[in-house]
Amino acid sequence: MSTVKFTVSALAVIAASATAAAARDQVQVSGSSTVLPYSTIVAEAFGENMDFPVPVVESGGTGSGLQKFCEGVGENTIDIANASRPMRDAERETCTANGVTDIMEVRIGYDGIVFATAAAAPDFAFTPADWFNALSAKVVRDGQVVDNTAANWNEVNPGLPAQEILAFIPGTKHGTREVFEEKVILAGCEESGAMEAFVASGMDEDAAEEACTTLRTDGKAVDIDGDYTETLSRIESSPNGIGVFGLSFYENNTDKLKVGTIGGVTPSTETIASGEYPVSRPLFFYVKAAHFEVIPGLPEFVQFFVADEIAGPDGPLAEYGLVSDPELAATQEAVAAGTTMQ
Amino acid sequence: MTDDPDHKPASLLQQDARTKARNAAEKRFRWYGIIAIAISMIALVVLLATILTAGAGAFRQTYLNIPVTLDPAVLDPKGNRDPAEMAKVLTLSYGRVLDAAVEATVARHGIRIEGLSDKDIDGLISKEASAQVRDRVLAEPDLVGQTVEFDVLTGGRIDGYFKGRVTMDSAARDSNTSPAQLQLAQELANRGEIVTRFNWNFLRLADASDQRPEAAGVGAAIVGSFYMMLVVLFLAVPIGVAASIYLEEFAPKNRWTDIIEVNISNLAAVPSIVFGILGLAAFINFAGLPQSAPIVGGLVLTLMTLPRIIIPTRAALKAVPPSIRDAALGVGASRMQSVFHHVLPLATPGILTGMILGLAQALGETAPLLLIGMVAFIRDIPSGLPQGLFDPASALPVQVYNWTQRSDPAFIERASGAIIVLLVFLLCMNVLAIWLRRKFERRW
Repeated sequence: MSTVKFTVSALAVIAASATAAAARDQVQVSGSSTVLPYSTIVAEAFGENMDFPVPVVESGGTGSGLQKFCEGVGENTIDIANASRPMRDAERETCTANGVTDIMEVRIGYDGIVFATAAAAPDFAFTPADWFNALSAKVVRDGQVVDNTAANWNEVNPGLPAQEILAFIPGTKHGTREVFEEKVILAGCEESGAMEAFVASGMDEDAAEEACTTLRTDGKAVDIDGDYTETLSRIESSPNGIGVFGLSFYENNTDKLKVGTIGGVTPSTETIASGEYPVSRPLFFYVKAAHFEVIPGLPEFVQFFVADEIAGPDGPLAEYGLVSDPELAATQEAVAAGTTMQ
Repeated sequence: MTDDPDHKPASLLQQDARTKARNAAEKRFRWYGIIAIAISMIALVVLLATILTAGAGAFRQTYLNIPVTLDPAVLDPKGNRDPAEMAKVLTLSYGRVLDAAVEATVARHGIRIEGLSDKDIDGLISKEASAQVRDRVLAEPDLVGQTVEFDVLTGGRIDGYFKGRVTMDSAARDSNTSPAQLQLAQELANRGEIVTRFNWNFLRLADASDQRPEAAGVGAAIVGSFYMMLVVLFLAVPIGVAASIYLEEFAPKNRWTDIIEVNISNLAAVPSIVFGILGLAAFINFAGLPQSAPIVGGLVLTLMTLPRIIIPTRAALKAVPPSIRDAALGVGASRMQSVFHHVLPLATPGILTGMILGLAQALGETAPLLLIGMVAFIRDIPSGLPQGLFDPASALPVQVYNWTQRSDPAFIERASGAIIVLLVFLLCMNVLAIWLRRKFERRW
C-alpha cells in the first residue's frame, strides 16, 4: 500500500512545486568561455560585497550564449550574455523576432591572444607573415601560387629556429579563431604580398581573402575544439608544438609556457592597451534592459562590473589578465544612463 | 570394445593426446581469464592511483595565522559602528588592511630575503581573506579598532609549494609567485605561523572564482547532488516500482504491453543528453521551473533513471517462483494481496539493488545537466528544503567538469579531490546495494 501512498504524495509534491516556482532572485549569465573567468571574479566580489545572491555564470561559448539570450524576455531566460565578439546582425534579428529589443552592449576590456611554446623550447620572434607562410594552404613562392610544403619554421623565415611546424589553433566554434584568422593570417597574407599575388593570379578580392585564410590540412595546423587546458596538455605531450592562448591563461601558466613575440613586441596588458601588440579583441557582455525592473540586483551587477575598482587598470580583472578599456568612463556613463543598442 | 587394433586401453595414469589437448585448452582459457582480469585491475589501479595522488592535496590546506589591526579610519570612516554604513566599505579596502597586517607580521619576525617585494608579501594570503575579515567585522562591529587574530588561507601558489606542486624552479618562471615569496613562506612555516591541516572547508564551501582556487570546495555540489537524489528517490522509485508491478503481475499480455516493454528497454539505452533536451523543453520552457535548480535536475534524472529501475524490478518480480503466488491465491488471497503480502516482500532485495544502482548512475551523470543550466559557476550553497530545491545548485560530476577547464593549475588538484568525494559516495551506495542483497536474498 505504501507504494501507492508514495506515488500520490510525490505527485502532489511536483504539482505544488510547479505552482510554487518562486520569482528568480539571482542574475543568470551565460556565454563566452573567454569572458567566464572575468565574469566569475566579478560575480564573486559582487556577492560578498552586496546584499544580493551571487549571480549564476554558465559558459558554453559566445554563440550558444547569444542564442539563449535571444530566446525571449522573462524570468526563464538569461539576463546577460557574455561575448568575445560583437553580436552579429543575424543574432540581433533573432533577438528582435523574439521580443528581446532593449539590449545594452557593454564592453568590459580587451583580451590579448598570444602564441606560446613549451618552456624548454627555443625563443620565437614571429611576424604575422611567418604564421601565414607556415599555416596557409596556398603560399606564394617566387611569384607563383603553390601548395604549402614548409616543414620547419626556418624554411618560413631563416630567423626562426629549425623546429618542426606544429600549431595548435582554436577550432572554428571559438570566437578566438575568427580573431586569429583576421589579425594574424589575413594580416600576414597582406603583409607578405601574397594577397596581391592571389589577386594577380585571377582571383577576385573575396576569393583571395578566402585563399588567405584557408589553412593547410596536412596535420601541421591542429584545430583544438576544447579549451586552453587542452591546448596546454597537447603542448606538454608534443614539445615542438606552438599553441594559441588567451593572455590571462598564459599569465597563469608562465612556469610551463614561453611566449613568442609578434613583430618584436612581447604581449602584456601594457603593450596590448597601447596597441603595440597587434593581436587583441574587445570583450563584451549584453544585458536585457527589460529585466532591470524584474531581477533584483541586475542593474547593480552591471554597474559593479564596469566600476573603476573592478574593471579599471588596478582592479582584479586587470590583475587576472584583462586589458582594461581606456574608454571605461564612457562605458560607465552609458551604463548609468541605460543606453541601449540602436 | 573397439575394432581398432592399434587402440590401447586408456590408462588412468597416462593421458592420451586428445585428453591432453582438451586439458591444455582449459588451462589456456583459465589463463586468458586471469590476463583479462589483470588488465582491468591494472587499469583500475592506475586510475585510482592517479586520482588519489593528484587529489589528496585537496584535503589538506595551508593557513597563515596573523593578527590584523582593524583600522577604524578605513573600515568605519563615519565612526558610528553602524553595520549598514560599514557595509559600504568593500572587500578591496579590507584587502589593504590585510596587506598591512601581513607586512607587519613579516617585519615582526625580522625576516629579510633578497629580492622580496611588497607584492610578494601581500600575495602570501588568499583574496578570500578580505571577505572572511569583512564578514566577521560586519557581524561584530565592535571589533573595529582592535587587533584580532585571524586564520586566513594562503594563496594558491603558496599552498601548492607546501604540497609539492610548486617548486623553486617553477616559481622562477611563474609570474604569479617568486622564489623569494616561497622562501618567505618557508621561513614563516619554520616559525609556526603557516600551518597545513585537514581541509574541512573543501567539503563545506562552494565554488570560487579563478583567482582563488584555494577557497574552492564541493559544498554546493554535494548539497545539489543530494537534493537531486532525493527527487529521484521520491519520484523514480515509487513510479518505477508501481509500473513494474502492474506490468509484471496485472497487465494482460497483448500488443500494447509488448510495445511498452520494447519502449522501456529502448529508453534505457537512450543517451542521457537526450533527457537534458527534453528537460529543457518540458520543465523549464513549458512548466516554467527555474534554471540551474536541483528540482529540474532531479526531474530530468528521474526520467533517465525510470527505465533503469523498471528493468531490474521486473526481473526481481519474475524471479519469485509462481508457486508462491499460487499458494496465496489457493488459500483465498486476492491478486493484490498475493502481490503485496508475498511477492513484493520476496522481491525487495532485488528491487533495492536495482534502485541503488540506478541512483548511483544518476549521481554520476553530467550530460543531461548541461542544458538545464546546472553546469555553471555557483557560489551560494542552496538553502534548506523545500526552498533549496529551487535555488541554483551544482552537482559533483559537474564540479569536476568545471574545474578541469580552469586556467589555474591548482584547480586540477581540486577536480581530483571532487572525483575522490564522488567515488566515495558511489562506493558507499554500491556497498549498501551488495549488503542489502546478501542480507535479504532468498534462494529457492
